[in-house]
Amino acid sequence: MSINATLIGQMITFTLLVWFTMKYIWPPLIGAIEERKAKIAEGLAAAEKGQEDMERAAKKAANVLREAKQQSADIVNLAQKRANEIVEESKGTAKQEGARMIEAAQAQIEQEMQRAQEQMRKEVSALALKAAGQILQQEIDKAKHKELLGKVSEQLGQV
Amino acid sequence: MASEEHAAEGATGYIVHHLTPLSVGEGFWTLHLDTLFFSAVLGVLFIWFFKVAAEKATVGVPGTTQAFVEMMIEFVDQQVKDTFHGRSALIAPLGLTIFVWVFLWNFMDLFPVDILPAVAGMMGMEYMRVVPSTDLNATFALSISVFILIIFYSIKIKGVLGFAKELTCTPFGPWMMPFNLLLKLVEEIAKPISLALRLFGNLYAGELIFILIALLPWYIQPLLSFPWAIFHILIITLQAFIFMVLTIVYLSMAHEDH
Repeated sequence: MSINATLIGQMITFTLLVWFTMKYIWPPLIGAIEERKAKIAEGLAAAEKGQEDMERAAKKAANVLREAKQQSADIVNLAQKRANEIVEESKGTAKQEGARMIEAAQAQIEQEMQRAQEQMRKEVSALALKAAGQILQQEIDKAKHKELLGKVSEQLGQV
Repeated sequence: MASEEHAAEGATGYIVHHLTPLSVGEGFWTLHLDTLFFSAVLGVLFIWFFKVAAEKATVGVPGTTQAFVEMMIEFVDQQVKDTFHGRSALIAPLGLTIFVWVFLWNFMDLFPVDILPAVAGMMGMEYMRVVPSTDLNATFALSISVFILIIFYSIKIKGVLGFAKELTCTPFGPWMMPFNLLLKLVEEIAKPISLALRLFGNLYAGELIFILIALLPWYIQPLLSFPWAIFHILIITLQAFIFMVLTIVYLSMAHEDH
């Protein structure tokens, strides 16, 4: 159990081992570990950020959707209103048109009636003249009684 | 087992035989070949395993080997970070080397006590003591190396004067100088001695108990050696851990400027 030169040999071995570990083993491994740690931290941060972004996007989408719904409802309302207006308008127009047409028809009827009366008056006066002529063939001088005949035909026309 | 072979020498002879190193040379220049050989082989094993892992190390998903090696590295790194509040390129790799190397030394304890000596006997070697930590030379080689580092860093960080001042003027001030110096010298020298003897004592005693168990009749041996081996898995890890942690603590003390 004596201390001897083995001690020196062991110290040399130990020194070599420590040197080798320090130079070739520790740095790459601790480097890989640190780098991976950084990467994982980065990834976690990115994931968190992504989740936040997603939440924000979802909120935004909901807002947009709500707005769009509101807008479409507005549009539908407006369209309905407009349609009602159009219907009312056309109803009015139609009424007016109808009235005008009735009026025109009445005017025409009036006209026709007047023309028929005129015609009838002329025919009646001619017929009357003819009849009177035939009855009074000899006595009535067309020239002498022209004034009287004209008066009669005028009276007939007023009937 | 082998007790019959040594029947002539008796139980004492068997034990002594197992604890005698294979040595060459005379006096101080004696070399314990078994200690040198096994510690070198284990050192190379450690270096090789970790070097392969380091070469294949990726930042991505680690393989089994890399995960294991990284676990060790992080474990040691955590110990260093907890204790040592500075930056040093040496202390963490030193701690790793000590932890793994001492663990592997101690692990040799778990080989059945007669197997490797029997193999060596077949190769014509009379003595074979396979656990390097049962050799005081091995444990002192570690602790003295650590001691040299303690002195080196004390002088490097505090300067020669600063270190001298710490040795002479603490803890009781300059008027108690000789007493302070005595106290400090004992404190400093106790570090390598306690480191070396703690490891040696634990493993020597453990090995001794394995040898004693091997002397019992064969049908009792498993009953005793099995629980003792399981218990020893704790001991060998713990001793390697203690050696590493104390080294880190001592070196961080050397770095602290009072």
